[in-house]
Amino acid sequence: MASADVYPASEPARWKYLDNVRTRSGPHTNPDIFDGKLVAEAMENMKVLVIGAGGLGCEILKNLALSGFKNIHVIDMDTIDISNLNRQFLFRQADVGSFKAEVAARFVERRVKGVKITPHNCKIQDFDEDFYMQFQLLVCGLDSIEARRWINATLVNMVDEDAEDSYKPLIDGGTEGFKGQARVIIPTVTSCIECQLDMHAPRAAVPLCTLASIPRQPEHCIEWAHVIAWDKEKPFPSLDKDDPEHITWLYQKALIRAHEFKIPGVTYALTQGVVKNIIPAIAATNSVIAAACCNEALKIAANCAPCLGFPDENNYMMYSGNDSIYTYTFRHEKKDDCPVCGNLARELIVDPDWTLRELVESFAVRPESQLKKPSIRSDHKTLYMQSPASLEAKSRPNLDKTLAELGLSSGDEIGVTDPAFATVSFKYKLKLQK
Amino acid sequence: MTEIVTSQTPPILNGPSEKERKYDRQLRLWAASGQAALESANILLVNSGAGTVGVEALKNLVLPGIGRFAIYDDALVNEADLGVNFFLDESCLGKSRSQSLTALLLELNPEVQGAWFPNRENVTSLESLLVSSPVFTAAIYTYPVQPEHLSLLKTYGLQHKIPLFGVHSAGFYSYFKIGLPGAFPIVDTHPDETATTDFRLLTPWPELLTFARDLTRDIDNLDHMEHGHLPYAVILLYYLDQWKLAHSGVSPKTYKEKTEFRKIVQSAARTDNAEGGEENFEEAAAAVLKTLVSPSLPSGLKEVFEYKSKFPAEERSGFWIIADAVEKFYAEHQCLPVPGNVPDMKAQSKVYVQLQNIYKAKARQDAAEVLNTVRATEGGQNIDPAEVELFCKNAAFVKLINATGGDSNSTASAGDHLKTVVDQELENDKNAEAMMMPLSLLPIYLALQATSHVSSANADEILAEICKVVPGANQNERIVKAAHEVARAEGGELHNIAALTGGMVAQEMIKIVTKQYVPIDNTCVFDGINSRCQVLRL
Repeated sequence: MASADVYPASEPARWKYLDNVRTRSGPHTNPDIFDGKLVAEAMENMKVLVIGAGGLGCEILKNLALSGFKNIHVIDMDTIDISNLNRQFLFRQADVGSFKAEVAARFVERRVKGVKITPHNCKIQDFDEDFYMQFQLLVCGLDSIEARRWINATLVNMVDEDAEDSYKPLIDGGTEGFKGQARVIIPTVTSCIECQLDMHAPRAAVPLCTLASIPRQPEHCIEWAHVIAWDKEKPFPSLDKDDPEHITWLYQKALIRAHEFKIPGVTYALTQGVVKNIIPAIAATNSVIAAACCNEALKIAANCAPCLGFPDENNYMMYSGNDSIYTYTFRHEKKDDCPVCGNLARELIVDPDWTLRELVESFAVRPESQLKKPSIRSDHKTLYMQSPASLEAKSRPNLDKTLAELGLSSGDEIGVTDPAFATVSFKYKLKLQK
Repeated sequence: MTEIVTSQTPPILNGPSEKERKYDRQLRLWAASGQAALESANILLVNSGAGTVGVEALKNLVLPGIGRFAIYDDALVNEADLGVNFFLDESCLGKSRSQSLTALLLELNPEVQGAWFPNRENVTSLESLLVSSPVFTAAIYTYPVQPEHLSLLKTYGLQHKIPLFGVHSAGFYSYFKIGLPGAFPIVDTHPDETATTDFRLLTPWPELLTFARDLTRDIDNLDHMEHGHLPYAVILLYYLDQWKLAHSGVSPKTYKEKTEFRKIVQSAARTDNAEGGEENFEEAAAAVLKTLVSPSLPSGLKEVFEYKSKFPAEERSGFWIIADAVEKFYAEHQCLPVPGNVPDMKAQSKVYVQLQNIYKAKARQDAAEVLNTVRATEGGQNIDPAEVELFCKNAAFVKLINATGGDSNSTASAGDHLKTVVDQELENDKNAEAMMMPLSLLPIYLALQATSHVSSANADEILAEICKVVPGANQNERIVKAAHEVARAEGGELHNIAALTGGMVAQEMIKIVTKQYVPIDNTCVFDGINSRCQVLRL
């Protein structure tokens, strides 16, 4: 069943193990798309982009370099913090303060001979479609949903049905504690990150009135210090969540409030966790998820085994290590009414008595939209624009009108845009219902 | 003149230490107690073959700060190592692999100590290492392993009662198996927070009832603010009282009765207020089915109680003495000690804190009763009250791993057991598609296991080896395919599969060393072609 021929890379002794598997077919290899002779060279010529050089990113760079990829770019705007050192294994104490992308790229280049890694110490939003077009594959290890949505929307937008190389597979990993997920997105072909958004619903925000007058949990006291006391007292010109002095100020405020209401449990670590929305992270889980992503990258690049994301294949692996080990690998279906990759407007049930302000605010909390600064247009007119300032001022009076007063009715389509997703207009079809 | 400043702020608080900052993201998972356990751990890796998976596991243990490690590996670094192992570079070629690996792993964390063997001094064999080293906390060995090494390790594991991890990664496939030296109980299992709500609304104690009745005595005349902020537990207690009055003192029991009760709660919400409804009544209605349950013995704890009675000679560690005391508590009260936590709910601060205190007081009282029993037991005099409290708080989620197997490192009757599992799994596979269940990954395990002691083998040799355990295996298409897939790798590792498996092994090691979260029982097989794993007891 396995063909005997190995087609070695330029350094056959070094890549022996890899070539055994990637250059000859196995019982699960699809012979229609696999050609062992071409694999090594094709992979050497591929340009791969890694987004994020943090916990997952360090692992991804290592894994890609040891999977036969030779030309890798990496983007990360962050610098190295001491709390990264428990898992971001390409960084040392002496690197604290340096750019992650820079240090990670140099380290892997030094360790793995023959791999070229180009670092970009900036935001993904600093690049345009021309930049992204040069890559054949993207692997993402991000901690922000917003950045994932941005790159997803950009890649979907880049698809040109007549140009096969405009379809850029996106492999995305994420972790939290002992849990994580790896998924493969083929823009416009598989379900996309926006289709899957409701699987990563934001934590429900605590109502302002709870913070202001009836705190019950230590987190409520911390949020009060963060949202209310800070604004009122402005102890420093602006809040730097990485400045221990600022966190200490919030901690002390929260502690006094907790004392007043007899609420136990406010600590420095909790304060920092709540204010920075810290997600626990360990090397072991990053290792699992990054490797699951890069395993898919190798299979996509070499066609040596079926990969996630292909037609009729699964595209999503959920991993949980809290209670034994459990994986759930499944196919997440594309949504026709996905505002990014679908072509139907999504139905939106709204109360006609809502003010436009309530509608605007609702986009932030809806699990399937999560838009923080939405501007809204209807078929005929601008309802509310966040910017420029002149349009904002002009459209602001609409915020206090009800939807009925604005003349909206069932079946009307609205377009929602957000500065976080410059190119995308989220389409909704209204259904008015009390 | 010195001015004395009186400030209402607490004294200047010390921020976190350098170490706390470095380990911040993991301390949020296993706290200082887990970290202390890790820092006193000494892990042995017996490395062989392509040699990457064990090193990747060790990397994930060095980073969070295990105390020390030792690598036993008699290979010299060759070209192929550099294509798969990240902790080796050009300068290592021709040198001792254990020495080179140790040096580059130690770079990751200055707080960790490491040693490598065989060295040029006194330790030239695994046997002399095991004899001369302080006792290891756990050992990891990778396949293919020399049979003599394996038998030395198994003897060592039995003698010192330490866990052994056997790990095999080849091509797209891998598995690892944990051999625990006996039953392994875990108290600090970190259950999902949503699962831990335990209000005992059907069996309230006097203080709780009095509190709820005081708040609801005049429920219809409460102003909107007070009515809209009654804690949902109090709302449910009030309507339970009403229900019992109408149903000769009996609480709603059946599903139908509970949904009827839920309707009563729902319709009691006021709608003539500004919001047009009441959030706390919504919370109450949503909680009816989950909270109106009679106390019962959860399966994990039941297993602990049963294990205890089956093996009265089990050494009387603190855990078993407390388990005994909790069983007595359960026998006497027909319920477990109250865990004492109250989830957040719509309520006024003062009322919520009072409710919290009622549950906490009851939890303390129950734990004190258990502690009394513990103290009266032989060997229970020195048990830390904090250990008793933690057990009582987590009683419903206590788990016992490796309960049926005794010593899973022993090889006696292992073949029979494997045969039974194979029959079962292959039988399940026949209906897997109809049941929409994933297929068994046991064929992968069988194919890998067939190459446990050889550097590589062809598909026929692998199948012949499997047939010794599973007659007729060469007729099973999935086993044949697995054999070919393993043969394809020729004993080589793919870095990704090694890194992934090393990550899982490290997670499991952390769980076992910290005695937090729940480890696998006892084998995990990973399929890198379909990107999924399966845990089997083998």
